[in-house]
Amino acid sequence: MTAAPLATGTAPDTAGALLSVRGLTLDLVGGTPQPGLVQGVEFTVPKGRSVALIGESGCGKTLTAMAILGLLPRAVRVVSGEIVFAGTDLLTCGPRELRRIRGGPVGAVFQEPMSSLNPTMTVGDQIAEARRIHFREGRRTAREHARELLDRVGIPDARRRLDSYPHEMSGGMQQRVMIAAAIAGEPRLVVADEPTTALDVTIQAEILELLRDLRRDLGLAVLLVTHDLGVVADFCDEVVVMYAGHVVERAPVRDAFRTPAHPYTSALLGSVPRSDHARTPLQVIGGRVPPAGSFPGGCRFQPRCRHTAPACAEPQPDTVVGSGHHTRCGRVAAGGLQPGREL
Amino acid sequence: MSAPTTTIPAARRRPLGAVLRRPSSAVAFAFLVLLVGSAIAAPVIAPHDPDAQELGNRFAGVSLTHLAGADEFGRDVLSRLLYAARIAVTAPLISVGVAVLIGLPTGLWAGRRRGIVDAVSGRLADTLLSLPALASALAIVAVLGPGLTNAMVAVGIIFSPTVFRVVRGATLSVAEETFVESATAIGCSTRRTLWVHILPNIAAPLLVQVTILMGVALLAEASLSFIGLGVQPPEASWGSMLGAAYRNQYDAPYAVVPPGIALVLTVLTFNTLGDALRDVLAGRRAS
Repeated sequence: MTAAPLATGTAPDTAGALLSVRGLTLDLVGGTPQPGLVQGVEFTVPKGRSVALIGESGCGKTLTAMAILGLLPRAVRVVSGEIVFAGTDLLTCGPRELRRIRGGPVGAVFQEPMSSLNPTMTVGDQIAEARRIHFREGRRTAREHARELLDRVGIPDARRRLDSYPHEMSGGMQQRVMIAAAIAGEPRLVVADEPTTALDVTIQAEILELLRDLRRDLGLAVLLVTHDLGVVADFCDEVVVMYAGHVVERAPVRDAFRTPAHPYTSALLGSVPRSDHARTPLQVIGGRVPPAGSFPGGCRFQPRCRHTAPACAEPQPDTVVGSGHHTRCGRVAAGGLQPGREL
Repeated sequence: MSAPTTTIPAARRRPLGAVLRRPSSAVAFAFLVLLVGSAIAAPVIAPHDPDAQELGNRFAGVSLTHLAGADEFGRDVLSRLLYAARIAVTAPLISVGVAVLIGLPTGLWAGRRRGIVDAVSGRLADTLLSLPALASALAIVAVLGPGLTNAMVAVGIIFSPTVFRVVRGATLSVAEETFVESATAIGCSTRRTLWVHILPNIAAPLLVQVTILMGVALLAEASLSFIGLGVQPPEASWGSMLGAAYRNQYDAPYAVVPPGIALVLTVLTFNTLGDALRDVLAGRRAS
């Protein structure tokens, strides 16, 4: 499969980036307006690379992913920022262009495969839909492609399965169907919002294996939203850590895991249960993510941080601490703090 | 990965089959088949010309030549009943068709877009619903002129807010489902999302509403024909036959019985089928 033809005039500072999110700020409007649900989010997804977006629930990672897909809830408004995909700003390009990009060059996989598939449509029709919309294929050609795609995502007896309905399949198979539908438009980027969270552990591994194969074979870039650090270590090249609507750290996965440059990242890493530390208490991060609207000034993590100092009440700028390694902790950036890996 | 072995409840696969397994709705369905059959076959099975007058036979009782007697003009009541079955089948179809034609697209649109579109069409529907149905039908017929088609179009307009509300409500809840989001994420236009992804998922409540409306529409047709605004003489409908029987109640008090029974049975049939469909499809949602 070849990549769909697309304009590739990217801005100079993000050369090589397929997707770049810059200064994305989202507000909740309506009932109880809450500004800064997501604030100043910046990251890039280079061509063919896999980037993880991690953080606790309520950190804004799913909202960020939905903003990329243009699927923000009605009550959430984009205040500023741009989301440039292959030279097109998805936030300003208009519905027509957005329709062309979604399901075509940008595919999406969601968390719950069962509810992400239309229960009244055969899986064959749902996979063929992207082909029919984006390549204007006829019923028969699209169906043949759908069969190939089912084969490609490892569903046995693909020809017969084309006419199955989603409820006739297991969760793992449904997620394979979702992936087939996402790659049907020959995307260059797949946004996967917790694609394995709803699945059994053994199936999770299979689905990740499938995504890895597809990445390699199709040269896909993947933006993976997850809170599973094991998945990140296993699957991703780069990691973007979000906390309370801020990107607190972004780095190549290896650097983030070895030398985390933000206390939140190191606390997250510390709270992964480890078999080589059996019978020791599990590290946790005390408290919970503050609800939007009651974020503290300055560093948003400071109320839960072990290393809080007066300087943390000041706004924390995004600072480069290594090659491709950014942090939003001023004390780490200034060299006054080395969070390391908390054990 | 092995093929899943979960069995699908029969109701999910074949709602019609599940409906027919209930004795009451099986009888209702059989009656409906009989009704449609006699409507189609009326010219063949009717013993007499429904409009042929035989004034010597005015108010003739039940006999071998007139199995259900004769009316004020000596016309054969059975033949008129059979021909009237055609009206009983087509008239509700016109009304419900008009109601769906107006209510379905607007309901889908309002439920998906929400906001101002929804607010305006919702208020409009509320306004229409607040008017007494038959009185508004009378007003519309007064404008369009009497006649069966006009009367049934009027009834259809009166019904449209009911369809609108059912469709809008179902669309609101289905539109929140993730698969609608993923349809959007695949590049479906709003129109395609509405017709291909949302409509099949709201078909159940719509079908139930349509079936029940068929019965109500038949009653509305009978009412309008009863007072002479529906079918025009000499054509027969059960409502106009009841009207004639009412006018001649001192000469032939039993004449209300044949059209009355036909009307009651048919309306009951639609209601029974509507209820059965609702139960079966509700069970299907829950499972």
